[in-house]
Amino acid sequence: MNEFKISMPARYIINSILLAAFIVAGLLITQSGLLGRAQNANIISVGIFIILAVSLNLPTGYLGQLPLGHAGFMAIGAYAGAIFWRADLLPQNASIVAGLLVAGLAAAFVGVLIGIPALRLKGDYLAIITLGFGEIIRVIINNFDSITGGARGLHGIPRYSSFVIVYLCVIICCVAIHMLMKSRHGRAILSIRENEIAAESCGINTTYYKVMAFAFSAFFAGVAGALFAGNIGILVPGEFDFMTSINILMIVVLGGMGSMAGAVFAASILTSLPLFMVALNEYRMIIYALMLIIVMLFKPSGLLGTYDFSLSRLLEKLIRRLAGKKGGADNA
Amino acid sequence: MRDPKAPLIPERDHNKSPVLECVGLGIDFGGLTAVDDFNITISPTEICGLIGPNGAGKTTIFNLLTKVYNPTRGSIFLEGNNTKRYNTKDVNKAGIARTFQNIRLFKNLTVLENVLIGLHNEMDYRLVQSIFRLPSYWRSERIARDRAHELLSIFNMQDIADHKAGSLPYGSQRRLEIIRALATNPAILLLDEPAAGMNPAETESLMEHIGEIRDTFQIAIFLIEHDMQLVMGVCEGVAVLNYGKLIAKGTPAEIQKDPRVIEAYLGTGGQADA
Repeated sequence: MNEFKISMPARYIINSILLAAFIVAGLLITQSGLLGRAQNANIISVGIFIILAVSLNLPTGYLGQLPLGHAGFMAIGAYAGAIFWRADLLPQNASIVAGLLVAGLAAAFVGVLIGIPALRLKGDYLAIITLGFGEIIRVIINNFDSITGGARGLHGIPRYSSFVIVYLCVIICCVAIHMLMKSRHGRAILSIRENEIAAESCGINTTYYKVMAFAFSAFFAGVAGALFAGNIGILVPGEFDFMTSINILMIVVLGGMGSMAGAVFAASILTSLPLFMVALNEYRMIIYALMLIIVMLFKPSGLLGTYDFSLSRLLEKLIRRLAGKKGGADNA
Repeated sequence: MRDPKAPLIPERDHNKSPVLECVGLGIDFGGLTAVDDFNITISPTEICGLIGPNGAGKTTIFNLLTKVYNPTRGSIFLEGNNTKRYNTKDVNKAGIARTFQNIRLFKNLTVLENVLIGLHNEMDYRLVQSIFRLPSYWRSERIARDRAHELLSIFNMQDIADHKAGSLPYGSQRRLEIIRALATNPAILLLDEPAAGMNPAETESLMEHIGEIRDTFQIAIFLIEHDMQLVMGVCEGVAVLNYGKLIAKGTPAEIQKDPRVIEAYLGTGGQADA
């Protein structure tokens, strides 16, 4: 048996090169004018929804809870980022980064505040309390005219959400959550999903890790919200209603709870769907619903289940197989 | 974090006896008194058995010791410290590890991950260090993985480290639970029916392992078991529980002759509630 393994530094180098190549290729394509306005706008929304889905996957797929207020965190991030950007305190590039951080931290802060009482509850109780929270956020934004513009909306937000900014955030979000999950903290989060009593009797502070997962998720939802604001340039509270939370949850369920690759995949497909179905526009919602029903019937664990894609593992398999053939050994 | 060069056997201060002491422990569920006036003292490196008919309150006592339930009366002292204000995770950090009667493994995770979760508090890197993969992460993870493999080798399970815990046969799942509990570096290990569902050969080998674990880790073991061969073979002290009350305490030989124990198990003449 030749146990070929790619060493960790080599894996990181390969992955970094590929990600850099992806950003450069994307930048060239979006700048070249090959794609129309609609396609370019869609690519940005895909990125934003990838962040939302991957971040929601943390409390649902990994922690095993069912929060329904993701749009609430997105709204907090969107308004925090937009207000910060409109104030125009810093030079542009610094302002973009600071605005995204402000958005994420504001959402994470509220995530901790909501999480501490809410995470004492489980299952449907948690779903309802977070659902209520999402609605409260929306109503508050609606009524704080002086700061948020209320129902008339918040106008004149600088359009900072370029391809590079959005997809750098996508990469940072995916990498950060991946690194978190492959550490003792991530294993603690998984152990809560698997068996909470056993996790506690292994000395794991379950409340702490639940709140941590919740805050982490809220942080990236907030970042996605700010990117959303920077993409369309105008915010109205109606964008962040209960249906938005449900849509994000739908992406996670469709992709497979507990699979980051699944969340990325499903977010790309579901967000691009309207673009491909312009001709069938009035049947869009029907097709969308049918697709969900079919996936749930034939693959209830979601498109990718809990499978997570690993390029290095694929490469290792390939190299092992090639080496096996050369040596004439049994290719097992 | 443990020093990588430290021996497998942790240094323990054996003058700090006893390791576990219960005084007048009791719990009521509504109007039902499940356990009442339970007293026991377990010294370091003692193997003590807890036996009794079904429903006597044995598992309830384990749940009290690990604070899954909070006692209504009485106190628990762990190495001299009152555990009154502890919750389940504090009790584990203070040195009580346990297994469960109905196995509670992390079924969808691998065998290795199960043990690594047990080693959670033995690793010391922080969140930021893991996200940026700083050297402390790598060092700590490497030591933990080595330790996990070392622990798995007790039951010769290091070759199935990548298998899903839920896919293991029943006996292996019980053994993995013991390893996970040992990973938390306890001073006393609570085993809830470790031999349940095992065949005589497996039980025999488990008996040897229980003794071995005590000798290598220098810990006390408190076990609930229905298999009398195991209890009499491995335990140095035995406590007998019936209807939530301690009815006898002593060496296995004394317990076997005790009339109250015989009555609890076989009933008095004329009654047939064996």
